[in-house]
Amino acid sequence: MSATQTVSLAVPRRSLAQRYPALRRFLRHKPALLGLCVVVFMTLFSFAGPWVIPFNATDTDIRARLMEPFAGAHVLGTDPLGRDVLARLMYAGRISLSVGFAATALSVLIGVLVGLVAGFYRGAVGAVLMRFVDAMLCFPSIFLLLAIAALIEPSVTSIVVLIAMASWMEVARVVEGQIRSLRERDFALAAESLGAGDIRIMFRELLPNAVAPIVVAATLNIAHAILSESYISFLGYGIHPPTPSWGNMLENAQSYLTNAPWLAIVPGVAITLTVTSFNFIGDGLRDALDAKLDR
Amino acid sequence: MNHLEPIHFVAAEDSAQVDNILEVRDLNVAFRTAQGHVHAVRDVSFSLRRGETLALVGETSSGKSVTCLGLLGLTPPAPYCTISGSARLAARNGKTYELVGTPERVMRQVRGGVASVIFQEPMTSLNPVHTVGAQICESLRIHLGMKGRAATDRAAELLNQVGISDPKRRLTNYPHELSGGMRQRVMIAMAIACEPSLLIADEPTTALDVTIQAQILELLQKLQSDNRMAMIYITHNLGTVAEIADRVMVMYAGRIVEKADVVELFTRPQHPYSRGLIHSVPRLHSGRVRKTPLFAIPGNVPDPAAHPPGCTFGPRCGHFEPGRCDAAVPDLESARPGHLVRCVRWPEIEGAA
Amino acid sequence: MGRYLLRRLLQSLLLLALVSMIAFAILHLAPGGPLSQFLAVGTLGQEDVDRLMAQYGLNRPLPVQYLDWAGGLVTGDWGQSYRDQLPVLTKIGMHIGPTLELMISSTLLAMFIGGLIGILGAVRRYSFFDHLATVGAMVALSIPTFWFGLAVIYLFSVNLGWLPAGNRETLGDGSFVDRLQHLLLPCVVLALVSTAVWSRYMRSSMLDVVNQDYIRTAKSKGVSPMRILVHHALRNALLPMITITGLHVSTLLSGALVTETVFTWPGMGRLFLDSVSNRDYPVVMGMLMFTACMVLLGSLLADLLYSVADPRIKGEAK
Repeated sequence: MSATQTVSLAVPRRSLAQRYPALRRFLRHKPALLGLCVVVFMTLFSFAGPWVIPFNATDTDIRARLMEPFAGAHVLGTDPLGRDVLARLMYAGRISLSVGFAATALSVLIGVLVGLVAGFYRGAVGAVLMRFVDAMLCFPSIFLLLAIAALIEPSVTSIVVLIAMASWMEVARVVEGQIRSLRERDFALAAESLGAGDIRIMFRELLPNAVAPIVVAATLNIAHAILSESYISFLGYGIHPPTPSWGNMLENAQSYLTNAPWLAIVPGVAITLTVTSFNFIGDGLRDALDAKLDR
Repeated sequence: MNHLEPIHFVAAEDSAQVDNILEVRDLNVAFRTAQGHVHAVRDVSFSLRRGETLALVGETSSGKSVTCLGLLGLTPPAPYCTISGSARLAARNGKTYELVGTPERVMRQVRGGVASVIFQEPMTSLNPVHTVGAQICESLRIHLGMKGRAATDRAAELLNQVGISDPKRRLTNYPHELSGGMRQRVMIAMAIACEPSLLIADEPTTALDVTIQAQILELLQKLQSDNRMAMIYITHNLGTVAEIADRVMVMYAGRIVEKADVVELFTRPQHPYSRGLIHSVPRLHSGRVRKTPLFAIPGNVPDPAAHPPGCTFGPRCGHFEPGRCDAAVPDLESARPGHLVRCVRWPEIEGAA
Repeated sequence: MGRYLLRRLLQSLLLLALVSMIAFAILHLAPGGPLSQFLAVGTLGQEDVDRLMAQYGLNRPLPVQYLDWAGGLVTGDWGQSYRDQLPVLTKIGMHIGPTLELMISSTLLAMFIGGLIGILGAVRRYSFFDHLATVGAMVALSIPTFWFGLAVIYLFSVNLGWLPAGNRETLGDGSFVDRLQHLLLPCVVLALVSTAVWSRYMRSSMLDVVNQDYIRTAKSKGVSPMRILVHHALRNALLPMITITGLHVSTLLSGALVTETVFTWPGMGRLFLDSVSNRDYPVVMGMLMFTACMVLLGSLLADLLYSVADPRIKGEAK
């Protein structure tokens, strides 16, 4: 039998109908559902919101500077330059959420590739790769992020790459563990004995069965990425003004803490709400997919 | 049948009730589960004399373990589990305890002090971070107030009694340094440390290999006769029953279906279930080449939350008669003195194979 | 225990070597590079740059530079700060005290409070308290530490005026009480994440333990509930917590950096930030290595402690 005729002998890829039990379990997890609603809301808020409100994030109005929320036309008040806080929150949300999603996507890509290769080939290759992962994990994340951030040209793209660089390791670990155990399963050995090539086995047989923990890790990674962006932006090495992000809004708010606390409260609440929601979703996914997680 | 030499021949149950250390009347244990109310133990009554061994036989979910856990209050607390009925236990000092409905504080005195349990899994029943000696001395301290040197000496003595060599050194061992058989011996030592009147052994040899099984059985018998301790021996293995029991109680789906002396049960079993159990024990026929398929009672144990109407054994019984057997749950009737059976057709089945 | 210790030590050394290679690579392969601070000024000509490169040995092949640097690490020469020519290790040494003070005090606080919450949650599973604690822990893990710090400062310093808003001591005072007052807020802020972690893991660890057979045995012996909880259950449940704490050092260091920034606490975090903003590369590199060493040491110590605390490992490791 030629390689092209090899039939996938893996556990049948789960059709939508078979995915229902997990979906049902997820829907029963109330905090996760709530988290999902909040995330959807925040996404709409950030991306579609600016069309709904009358104000702009960049129009400055010195006369209306530092207005309190709920006092006038500006629902969430204005900042020191008279810019509408609500609008800035929305535009900042676009950046922060995009960075979170993009950085996670990249980190999952890298992590899956590394984990796949390390788990599949084991031996020397696997050991070296995983020791490299372990070594990367020895650096405290903020220290690592700052050290590199200071060296590079700050831009949204570079921040995305940076955060991805600091967070792919967990995904790699998860994937490596899964692949290593799946590797010995009968369906993988059967595929191998039928002449399937390494790449084919990795991507068609093993990876689809490891999707559950990857999804959970990815969700938790998004939460972590948004948080990381806020940290480095707050410290001044992330997204630079004039591009707004929730993190640098907080950095600007620091000096006005005493007379304009809402400048700090608002972005902080946005971050906390979003990150908590992603964490809840991750928890819910973990519980829902648990029964199908191969251990 | 193999040779049977009961150690004590007990008088019939309805003669003088001397020396009864345990009297259980209408014990009921019910659990509240996601599936609803599960009646794990129904209307169980029996008594036990000092020094006597009662074997409790049955399949899984027959209620044999739950009966004993319920007696000692080791079941989940209300409202998840409700126990009703009465169980009176006599301690060595003459004091009698009512075990059902007693406050927890009193039950803690009973557990370990008046009645002890040894469980099935010796590998996981000992706390891995404390030495064997510490765990035995804990019992001694709680019930007998023994401390320090006196306690360790007694602990070493106990280890010796259960057949562990070099007891003084063993006291400082951790559980993981002992084999399964030795851990079970330690469990037994802990159980008899405060000289309880009743020992409940819940399948103590199931997790051990056959050679150790025999040793543990021997040990239990010896301790029992030395201490005049009553024992409830829970098992599904009829071979051990023959060896160790004075009386046998067969349980099915939470109820007693037959109660008799051990010889009586093995020679003249009345209930179809007991007959099936005894028949299922494979026999070795030396000399004769007889290839007969192994007998097994057909069907499965009923779902505890959904018992069939009438006799719960009905669906699996070869003598089932619709109209009679599924009408109502049969009462325990006296087939012979000291031999009770829960079956409406027992006189008719008497002669059948 | 000797063999186990040796094996772990060797593993750690291997990781340390890898860590040093990564740290070196970050610095030298980044587009910025060690001389970017000078180039950024823009007043240097090419020959000046060449001269500087020769002076700092930056024109040698990379592997040679690495070995030179790594060799220095081992002998204790971690380089000198570009700013004030002080040895890097000395600078770190001057700042490590306050950071350790913060880290240790917040860990103790987190252990105590988080542990209690976790135990209560496990004992009263699915109760209102348990649900509240679970949600609370989740939120606590999601709050940006610096935001919490700002909120705490606003509330307790600016509004109520109970506690100072920053620094380690008031100038001229420095008494124990004064130091304690200054330590309180940053300690609480740093403890937030650790408390959440401790409460979650303690709860699940206790739940695991409480369902074990040996707890049933203890009950059957008539042991009192309090003794079962502390002497039997807790003693076992705390074991995995040792490992968790060891793995937590990395997060703790990151949190310390942020907390020190918000509270202008004179620790390693501040030093790092200052060095980064001043492009003081030797210090930045040295600190990257140093913090990685701390993480490795933390996990090594945790493993050591675990092997002593768990009799099963203690015996095996002989």
